[in-house]
Amino acid sequence: MNDGQSSSTRVAPWRAEPTAGSLLRRAIPWISLAGIVVGGAAVLRLAGFDVARAGGALWSSAFGSWYALTSATLVRATPLVLTGLAVAIAFRAGVWNIGAEGQLLAGATAAAAVGLYWGPALGHAAPILELLAGAIAGAAWAWVPAVLRARFHVLEVISTIMMNFVAANGVGYLVRGPLQEPLHIYPQSPALSDVAQLPHVLPASRLHVGFPLAVIACMAAWWVTRYTAVGFRARTVGANPDAAAVAGEIDVVRTTTRVFIASGALAGLAGAIELTGVTLALYENLSPGYGYTAIAVALLARLDALGVIVAGILFGALEAGATGMQRDAGVPAVAANVVEALVILLLLATTALRPRASTAIADTSPAPTATDADA
Amino acid sequence: MIVAESTVGAFLESAVRTATPLALAALGETLVERAGVINLGLEGVILAGALGALAGAGAGGVWIGFASGAAAGVVVAAIFALFVVVLRADQIITGTAITLLALGTTGTLYRALYGTTGAALGIPTSPSLPLPILARLPWLGGALFDQPPITYLTYALIPMLWYWTYHTHGGLALRAVGENPAAAEAAGISSRAVRTGALLVGGALGGLAGATLVVAQAGTFVEGMSAGRGFVAIAIVVLGRWHVLGVAVAALLFGGASALQFLAQALGLAVPYQLFLALPHVLTLIALAGVAGRVRAPAALGRGDATAADR
Repeated sequence: MNDGQSSSTRVAPWRAEPTAGSLLRRAIPWISLAGIVVGGAAVLRLAGFDVARAGGALWSSAFGSWYALTSATLVRATPLVLTGLAVAIAFRAGVWNIGAEGQLLAGATAAAAVGLYWGPALGHAAPILELLAGAIAGAAWAWVPAVLRARFHVLEVISTIMMNFVAANGVGYLVRGPLQEPLHIYPQSPALSDVAQLPHVLPASRLHVGFPLAVIACMAAWWVTRYTAVGFRARTVGANPDAAAVAGEIDVVRTTTRVFIASGALAGLAGAIELTGVTLALYENLSPGYGYTAIAVALLARLDALGVIVAGILFGALEAGATGMQRDAGVPAVAANVVEALVILLLLATTALRPRASTAIADTSPAPTATDADA
Repeated sequence: MIVAESTVGAFLESAVRTATPLALAALGETLVERAGVINLGLEGVILAGALGALAGAGAGGVWIGFASGAAAGVVVAAIFALFVVVLRADQIITGTAITLLALGTTGTLYRALYGTTGAALGIPTSPSLPLPILARLPWLGGALFDQPPITYLTYALIPMLWYWTYHTHGGLALRAVGENPAAAEAAGISSRAVRTGALLVGGALGGLAGATLVVAQAGTFVEGMSAGRGFVAIAIVVLGRWHVLGVAVAALLFGGASALQFLAQALGLAVPYQLFLALPHVLTLIALAGVAGRVRAPAALGRGDATAADR
C-alpha cells in the first residue's frame, strides 16, 4: 500500500490496445453486433411481431432518407458521441464515471439558465457562452465525486450515482420553481429565444453545429491521448496505477482527478448542446438515459476516441430507428436497450474468455500479481 | 390503504410503505456488497421481479406473484453472477448492461404478452392486513402494523439477517470474502461460492422488492416502473454503512424523504418535494466523505477477484 493511492485506483480492463491488434480482434464487436441484430429479429418474430415491417421501419427512420439520416440519426448521435467520449476517456484512465447522466443534466441546466437570463443581451455570442457554461457545470458536477475519490477514497461508482439523483431532482425542482415557464402550468422552462439556439448546419434539416463539434472533440481527444504527455499519463495510470506512480513518477491522484473533471465537462457539453440544439427548453426527461447508453458506446468503441464517433452514430441510428419501429410496427423502443446490453455482455464474454488461459495459474495462487486486465 | 387518524400517522404509514421495497432490495444488496460485489444490475433485478410478479399473480394469485417475482430476480442475478463470478467480467460494466437488458426485455415482453394498449390488468393484489392489538397502538400502530404482509416479512428479515451476518459461520465467511478474499480462500472458504450465494439471495430479495411494487402497491406493471429504486437501494446500503440494522434505518429514512411530499401537501406547505428527494442522497455523500463519522466500505468491494484483494 503506497499511502492508499492504489486502493482508490483500479485497472481499466477495457482499454483499447494501441499496438494495433489483429484485425479479427477489432472486428469482434462488430460481428457481435450483427449477430445480436439477427438474433434479436428471431426473438421478435417468436414474440409475434412483424419483423419485416419493424426492420423496414427501423431502416427508413434511421437511414431511409437524407432527412432521416441528418435530422434523426445524427441529431440523436450527438449526445451519445459526446457522453460516449466522456465515458471512454474516464474508463481509460481507470475512472469509473457512471455519472455522465447527472453531468449532462447539470450542463443542460447551466446552458438553459444562461440562455434564458442573458440570451437576448448576449446576441450572437449566446450559444458559445451557453456551451461554455454547460461544460463548466458538467465539470463542477464531476468535481464533487473526483474530490471525494481523491481525498476520501470514496468509490466514484457510488458517488456518481448519487450525483445523478441530485441532478435529476434538482432539474425537477428548477422546472417547477425558478426556471418554470411564466404561466406555471407545465413543469418545464420557457423556450430559448432564436439567438440563444444553436445554429443549424444544413438547410431543411434539424442537424445543428453540435454534431461537428462532437466529432471535433473526439478527434482532439484522440490526438491528446496519443501525442501529448497528458494523454500518456492518463493512459499509463489507467493501465497500471502502481507502475505509473513508481516507474513513471506520475501523480496518480492528480491525473485521475483531471481526467474525471474533463470527462464531466464533455458530458456537460453534451447536455448544453442537447438543450440549445434540440429540446430548446429544460424539462425533467430531457435525457432518455444518454449517460447510461454512453457506456455501451464507449465499450463498443473499445474506449478509442475515434471509434466513439462510429459507435455513437450507430447507436444514434439504432435509437432513431427504434422510435420509428415503435410507431410503425408496435415494437417497443426499449428493445433498442436489449441490443445495447447484449453488445456489452458479448464483448465482456469474448474478452473475459481470452486472457483466462494465461491467468489460470495466478487464479489458484494468492500472490498479488495478476489483475483482471487483459494482458 | 386505510385512512390514518392523523397527518403524522398518514406520513409514517406512507414512509413505511415506500420503504418496504427499498429495504428488501437494500438488505439483499447489503449481503452482496459484504461479499465484495457491487451489483449495479439491481435496478434490472427489481424490474424483472416486477414483471415476474405480474405474470405469477395473474396466473396463480398473490403468493405465486411474490414467488415468481423472487424467481425472476434470481434469474437476473444469476446472469450477473455468471459474468462477474465465473467469467470475471468487470462488475460495474456488467451491472450497467444487466440493467439495460432488463429494462429492454421487460418492456418488450410486457408488450408482447399483454398487447400494445398496456391496459390495466386485473391481477389480485395484497391488501394491508392490520395486526390485532398492535395496529391500534397510538401513533406508530397504524403506520407499522397496518401494512401488507410483505412489510411484516421485511420486519422479520431484519433481525434474521443481522443474526446470520454477525453470529454464524456463514455470515463470517461472507464478511471475510468481502474484506480479504485471498485470506478467506486460504482459510478454506470458496470466495466464488460465497459471492454467487450472496448474489442469488440478493436477487431473490430484489425480485421481492419488484413484486412488492406490483402486487402490494401499483396493482399493475409499467415499463421502467422501478424508477431508479435499485440505485436508491445502493445509496441506502452506503448510508446504512453496510450494516444490516443501519441499512434498515436508512431505508426508512429514504422512504420518509419520499413521504415528506405528502406531509407537505397535507400541511399546505409549498416546499418543493424534489429537495426532499435529493436530501438523502446528499446526506449519503456527506456520510461517505466521513463528516458524519467513519464509514468504510468492505475492502474488496468492486474488486475483480481474490488475487486483486491485497493490492
